[in-house]
Amino acid sequence: MIAPINTQPARQFCLKCLLTLLILFGLTIASFVYLSLNPANLFTLEALRNMAQFIGRFFPPDLSADFLEKIWQGILQTLAISALATLIAATLSLGLSLPVSGRFGPAAKGLTRFICNFLRSVPELVWAALMVLAVGLGPFAGTLALTLHTTGVLGRLFGESLENHPIAPSNALMLSGSGRVTSFLYGTLPGIAPQLLSYSLYRWEMNIRMATILGFVGAGGLGQMLYYELSLLREAQASTVIIAMLLLVVFVDMVSNKLRRIQMHNQG
Amino acid sequence: MQTSVISRDPATPYRFMGLLLAIGILWPMLQLAQFEPKLLVDPKNIQVMGDFLVQFFPPNIQATFLSLVLKATVETLAMATAGIALAMVIAVPLGLIISYSLSISRIGPTSDHQFAQSIRFLARSFMLILRGIPEIVWALLLVRVFGLGAIAGVLAIAITYGGMLAKVYSEILESGNTLPARALILSGSNRITAFLYGLLPGSAQELASYTVYRWECSVRASVVMGFVGAGGLGQLMDQSMKMLNGGEVSTILVVFLGLVLLADYISLIIRKQLA
Repeated sequence: MIAPINTQPARQFCLKCLLTLLILFGLTIASFVYLSLNPANLFTLEALRNMAQFIGRFFPPDLSADFLEKIWQGILQTLAISALATLIAATLSLGLSLPVSGRFGPAAKGLTRFICNFLRSVPELVWAALMVLAVGLGPFAGTLALTLHTTGVLGRLFGESLENHPIAPSNALMLSGSGRVTSFLYGTLPGIAPQLLSYSLYRWEMNIRMATILGFVGAGGLGQMLYYELSLLREAQASTVIIAMLLLVVFVDMVSNKLRRIQMHNQG
Repeated sequence: MQTSVISRDPATPYRFMGLLLAIGILWPMLQLAQFEPKLLVDPKNIQVMGDFLVQFFPPNIQATFLSLVLKATVETLAMATAGIALAMVIAVPLGLIISYSLSISRIGPTSDHQFAQSIRFLARSFMLILRGIPEIVWALLLVRVFGLGAIAGVLAIAITYGGMLAKVYSEILESGNTLPARALILSGSNRITAFLYGLLPGSAQELASYTVYRWECSVRASVVMGFVGAGGLGQLMDQSMKMLNGGEVSTILVVFLGLVLLADYISLIIRKQLA
């Protein structure tokens, strides 16, 4: 088969685009000037030598069995933080999604939507810094921070999928005499469950990535190890942690790509 | 034949097993994450947090502090813009190198097939390292080289987003209509010409709009990176938090939320203008 060829003539000169690009270019230059940052200075011999020296201190990474054991614990903790936070957030969001979808009137809808928007507008790291104040240093603060942010995201997404779901099955159950709760559990929930699950898994993937860095403000996981090792100027250990982070992120990426491909395949 | 009314959900036993399994997995996780909800209601913690939160109202709006916040806001925007500009410098060549639609070795039997493949593999691994390490880790490392301040933040954005942009650029170039570029390469033009005349006209808009979207993300990221000392609003917020100054934190939070909305809006306008 011959692929269709685009026979439209190429777009002609566009003054508006050119002006926009010019303005953007000017603003970019202004940014560099404002930060008094000259890109050329970054590539002087001196800077490059400093950089090389700095990188050199990270090699070779510390691969002793003791330290790898610690790293493994850090990875497990990171995974536990992210999984717990996602699980709790998904449960909370399921409850929150009912008012968000407008089942308890417009006032409750507006209020819960505002709460969701607020929860997800504040970045995870800021939540983590606040939670460290609330419950002290440690992975629990990280779990709470991720839970808060994820609840905001999932509450809204869950509410929207609830809103978009056809009400016929649950209506049929109601008409044949089942109660409101039963009709929700058996008429609505099975229909939206796959979507809720895929949203939750997607957020889990993001949360694993976040959980690796929340430790910078003292909220546990690999990030806290990295921050600690770097504060002690132990670059060899720090580089092992960074490699572990990289591997974790790449691994999660691979798994989620694979799962997504399987899902797409199943849906045809 | 006997018909019986099933009064219970037939799936109950499976669900029960599933519940047991879930608890079996959940328990060690709770241990690992040191999950202690009672910390939340610990009177000492409530005291600290309560004192802090009470200060949130009213937000600090003294002129001296507001001018500080304004400066940090402008710095944040400048960091994001400069960061994305440098990211493009990294991303454009990498994207062109790895894009299969510009691959000369792919169109026929040539002697340098192996060589081209290994270059591509190297470029891809390089990109993976750039974007696989989170920007805040780069910022934390770069602060140690360049000192506290915006430069580390700009470079961290440039590195991470350079890797991301390169990947997406190459994907955009491969997903569009690649026939014109192929035709140009087959008739002997070099890769740059094939890109400029064969691919760019069709995909320029998508490339630009994705770059602007990434700028919007980098505004958000540059706020966060301040927490490790890389300048901007985040650094200010970190300082205020460490001093437990609730009024300042709430001002910065409000400004931050406004800035994110503003970045959203700006990116929308730019994308419309370029359409």
